[in-house]
Amino acid sequence: MILVSVGSQLPFDRLVGPVAGWARARGVRDIFFQHGGTTVDLSGFDQAAFVPPNEASALFDRADVVVAHVGMGTILSCLERGKPILVLPRKASLGETRNEHQTASARSLESRAGFFVAWDETALPDMLDRLGSMKAGERIGSHASPRLISAIRDFVWNGVPPIQSKS
Amino acid sequence: MKSRTPRVLAISSRGGHWTQLRRLRSAFTGCDVTWASTDAGLATEVLPDRFVLIPEASRWDRLRLAWSVLCVLWLVVRLRPHAIVSTGAAPGFFALRFGRIVGARTLWLDSFANAEEMSLSGRNAAKFADLALTQWAHLGAELPPAADRRKGAAYHAGAVV
Repeated sequence: MILVSVGSQLPFDRLVGPVAGWARARGVRDIFFQHGGTTVDLSGFDQAAFVPPNEASALFDRADVVVAHVGMGTILSCLERGKPILVLPRKASLGETRNEHQTASARSLESRAGFFVAWDETALPDMLDRLGSMKAGERIGSHASPRLISAIRDFVWNGVPPIQSKS
Repeated sequence: MKSRTPRVLAISSRGGHWTQLRRLRSAFTGCDVTWASTDAGLATEVLPDRFVLIPEASRWDRLRLAWSVLCVLWLVVRLRPHAIVSTGAAPGFFALRFGRIVGARTLWLDSFANAEEMSLSGRNAAKFADLALTQWAHLGAELPPAADRRKGAAYHAGAVV
């Protein structure tokens, strides 16, 4: 199953449109669109504007590959499950997000195995045709880096008196 | 004698901010942690810990924003946490602000998404939070021991991935 995900904030028709067009042209039926409120005609496809967290989790479990915006929730959901992800960054210049952080994130993550970037929508059809050959990177664990965990643990416990033993 | 268990408030908006916050969970082992976010469906992800729903706020809708801020204030006042940790965005920012009033230690972890510069909320939070962290090494100095930390600075101590 191909999962298309645009996150919980805004629609992203520059992604949804070409993916729907490609799926129709190729006769792809096993695809789910989480579209955030689209104006694209998605009749005949499984779809929802938004999905609650537990359903989203099940969709990520089922997906073979994810096509998405550059949202950290979506990306971490893929990395935690070892699913390949193809992203199209939202652009602030087109009113798709507040600033160009999605382009910056995509650039920073591009070298990761299993992470594929379409820098604009014209690159999508070719890359969608190659979805089947996109391999996932290694699954990441469910926790942040040990260093970050230990820095935060130290911070949280700092100033709390240690357990005093009876003597 | 009784030990003191730190009361921790871990708070963020839903979506990517929450996914990053959840990945800090093992830092709170042994703490009395309360999670707060803007989607009731997230409660199951942190069971059996306590979860508090905060109304969603958009910075463009003032009335809803005010209601959300009041709910965060009430939560912080009622809980009186020793420490507050947030990955953003608005609810976490306000929780840190109010946390200062009730004497909580406050930590802002800027989103992994901010790879070129810290978010505006993050830069603002760094001014008053006890500790502000970026997840990108080129955006902050390596985190020094507590005694050498400068307030207002952003430090780096690893990432959620």
